Amino acid sequence: MTIGPELLRINDLSIAFPLMQGRLQAVKSASLRVLPGKVTALVGESGSGKSVISQAIMGLQPAFADVRGQVLFADPGASKASAAPVDLLKLPRDGRQLRAIRGSRIGMIFQEPMTSFSLLHTVGNQISEALRVHTTLSPAARREECEEMLGLVGFSDPRRVFDMYPFELSGGMRQRAMIAMALICRPALLIADEPTTALDVTIQAQILKLLRDLQEKMDMAILLITHDLGVVANIADEVVVIYQGEIMESGPVGPIFRAPKHPYLKGLMAAVPHFDMPKGERLKPLREIVVDHQTLLGGLTAPVAETAVAAEPVAASAQAAAVRPADVTAPREKAGGFPEVLLSVRNLRKTFQTRKQDWKVGRAAPQRPAVDNVSFDIRRGECLGLVGESGCGKTTVSKILMRAVTPDSGSVVFDDGAGPIDVLAARGDDLQALRTRVQMVFQDPVSSLSPRMSVGSILSEPFDIHKRGTRAARKDAVSALLKVIGLDPSAARRYPHSFSGGQRQRIGIARALALAPSLIVCDEPVSALDVSVQAQILNLLKDLQKDLGLTYLFISHNLAVVDYMADRVAVMWAGKIVEIAPREVIMRSPAHPYTRSLLEAVPYPDLDRPLNFARAGESSTASSAGWAPAFRDDGGGRDLAPLDLGGGHFVLARKSADLSEVQP
Amino acid sequence: MVRYILWRIAAMVPTLFLISALVFTIIELPPGDYFESYVSELRAMGEEADLAEIELLKARYGFDQPMVVRYFHWVGGFFVGDFGYSFEYRLPVSEVVGDRLWLTILLSTVTIIFTWLLAFPIGIYSATHQYSWGDYGLTFVGLIGIAVPNFMLALVMMYFANIWFGTSIGGLMAREYLDQPVSWDKLMSIAEHMWIPVLIIGTAGTAGMVRRLRANLLDELQKQYVVTARAKGLHPLRILLKYPLRMALNFFISDIGSILPAIISGAEVTAIVLSLETTGPMLIKALQSQDMYLAGSFLMFLAFLTVLGVLVSDIALALLDPRIRLGGGSSK
Repeated sequence: MTIGPELLRINDLSIAFPLMQGRLQAVKSASLRVLPGKVTALVGESGSGKSVISQAIMGLQPAFADVRGQVLFADPGASKASAAPVDLLKLPRDGRQLRAIRGSRIGMIFQEPMTSFSLLHTVGNQISEALRVHTTLSPAARREECEEMLGLVGFSDPRRVFDMYPFELSGGMRQRAMIAMALICRPALLIADEPTTALDVTIQAQILKLLRDLQEKMDMAILLITHDLGVVANIADEVVVIYQGEIMESGPVGPIFRAPKHPYLKGLMAAVPHFDMPKGERLKPLREIVVDHQTLLGGLTAPVAETAVAAEPVAASAQAAAVRPADVTAPREKAGGFPEVLLSVRNLRKTFQTRKQDWKVGRAAPQRPAVDNVSFDIRRGECLGLVGESGCGKTTVSKILMRAVTPDSGSVVFDDGAGPIDVLAARGDDLQALRTRVQMVFQDPVSSLSPRMSVGSILSEPFDIHKRGTRAARKDAVSALLKVIGLDPSAARRYPHSFSGGQRQRIGIARALALAPSLIVCDEPVSALDVSVQAQILNLLKDLQKDLGLTYLFISHNLAVVDYMADRVAVMWAGKIVEIAPREVIMRSPAHPYTRSLLEAVPYPDLDRPLNFARAGESSTASSAGWAPAFRDDGGGRDLAPLDLGGGHFVLARKSADLSEVQP
Repeated sequence: MVRYILWRIAAMVPTLFLISALVFTIIELPPGDYFESYVSELRAMGEEADLAEIELLKARYGFDQPMVVRYFHWVGGFFVGDFGYSFEYRLPVSEVVGDRLWLTILLSTVTIIFTWLLAFPIGIYSATHQYSWGDYGLTFVGLIGIAVPNFMLALVMMYFANIWFGTSIGGLMAREYLDQPVSWDKLMSIAEHMWIPVLIIGTAGTAGMVRRLRANLLDELQKQYVVTARAKGLHPLRILLKYPLRMALNFFISDIGSILPAIISGAEVTAIVLSLETTGPMLIKALQSQDMYLAGSFLMFLAFLTVLGVLVSDIALALLDPRIRLGGGSSK
């Protein structure tokens, strides 16, 4: 490894955007360095200016951006005579010199593997394009080179992948192809802009391992841009912390992690949920939100609910309202009439037909079900975590519970004290009543709120739909809701676009709360948010649960978050629930190999607990072949059944397996 | 792929049948038939009609039979090239239409090509130079193109062409070549006359297409894959042509389906003003005089073109866009 002079030196970089509202200073005289053959991590929240810096290095920033300062790039591959550092900012925009560096000497990968490729061109075409621009190789040689690189990034059949289209690859595979594209010319520097943020933990671990391996093999420097301290601790040599466009702290990873000096970095570290937190410890968000607990305890939507009884003699809403007062005023109280199990799911099964199959009648291969024999109970007042990689069927389960997807078979029974309701068979008024008692919080706070409705009308829409209360009562309820989520009642007049991601997610939560439901399904509610904001939302959800006696189904792929939120955790893999147990049990002594691999893939923001990269390289489908025989499914899935390990701990194993085989 | 094309062609058959039933019903809807309006027209002019001959014709063309029978008689004729009889011209429809059909197709094709040739560069320029003077200027011209009615443009052009070039641009060729066999001189005469209707009919379409291409390209230029391509060190022009333009082509192609009939039917008023020997003026006349077989066959011809255009654009889309071709293979 060569430790020579700096590969990249950024001096006093300032970037400003002239906007209609005035000048936006995105980066304020930032300076940082990247050493050859080392990984430098640039850490910060979204909006801190870290991505703009990476764009400015390559000259990819928007044309109207005002960039000042120096970006010195000393190319070690250049001939001795021209080894002097070049100021990349001085080169003409999109000019020949800059283009010769882009893709050839500096490669770049982006956050979104889904959109970074053109879907109309083959993977090979797009990868070899960089070679065509920067080298004089013949087409055959280019193809050879590409296939070699595709093999290097972990494709088992590079020849086939070369001719595939990007949409035929999964997210993780696409990110691998993206890495191959950035590295095809063997650059001296790779800029990775949030390369794993859009990916699952298991795939994230694979990609991190890949980046590390390639970095060593090719003796390349990486500028890694991320907000995930866990990723930083596992891969970086040097860390630069950026906050609101200013560099707060920089230096080797050891001192920074062991003795963070700057309060911002300390705060960032306290905001991340981790597995060693004692039960009941709260996360400390960087900016605490003030929640009006008084409103919470005073019966949130009581005025609306009461008028509903008077004005709406419809059986369903009266029934719903009759349950509520006890619900709100006496949370957690197990009154005699309330059953312990709020929602009971039995043997759900759903298979999606793909379009391709519709055409080829006769040749249809048996489809793997998206949801396969899923059963679980959600107890009143608890938070059940549902964990699994993307595509495992967890969102489909939540959609079935909301009646957005109809399962092929199975049953869902909901009972909040007003008698059991068959969720899948509910029609008309019953269904309408059910809708008030089960609500949902969505993943994407941007697209789940209509941009054309004011926050006030978004929040009062549930009352309109269910004909609750008078105009004035609705207005009061909306301001009460806004106070509960820590926003000023004046926010009701504003539109969603004027709020930040975290605030929007809070509005989404308020909308779910409006009808005082007993069950809220949270589908990845924080995965689109920064760590600091994530802590706010998680704390808010916890407080609401405590004060209102809510029950949650909390869906996430982030185990640390689930560990923080959930009382019990169900792990899903390939449409099945492979393990379900109280959270302490599942986090400390997981039985199923998939649960274990999930836990192992979580990067800790702790230098003493590095990821086990040796085991991270495989996808779960590939590694499932290596599981202990007790967990393997050889007989078409009919052999597997949940096995009771005691204490509410169930694991999916062969019926013939005995306890000693599956004990952790 | 072959399967897909066969399936799409098979799907055309019921569509065309439905349309033919609809067309037939519509042309039967107005009270009376050609003969009645013919007789009353003659009476209005103070002449006596030969009622015996009319009765004979009526019987020959099955006008005394129920509508359903007449419908199948009409549709059945299509398969043997018999499109019915034009009472107005007292000739079989196929002979009446004959030449005009080919001229219409020729004019339309040239217009479409002209539209594309003009719209592509302008649209690309407008999108890449958004909010520049060039963009504003071209937008302005384009909006005028959309706003000015075709027939008015036709009148203006006719006047100036006559004054400046001495071309009498009525018609698609000089009078002496009408009904003559194809010859080099005739083709030259057509070429000489053609550019004016092409220009007139093409302007509105061009302007609309420029606006749509501009909007589509602007969307695509923001996409992440464009940044990816820049990060690879590609030349900006090469990026533009290879990625966003290719994406923006999709809407272009799906437009073919609607462009064919729009140009053929949209050009009617212009064709009347310029007295072109295309099908448009004939269709309008046929509809006025209730010459039902002529009108019906025309409408069927338009419908057929629409269905054909959609088919062509679907197949072209499948060829161009692997997402459609390999449909359903998406992992997400």
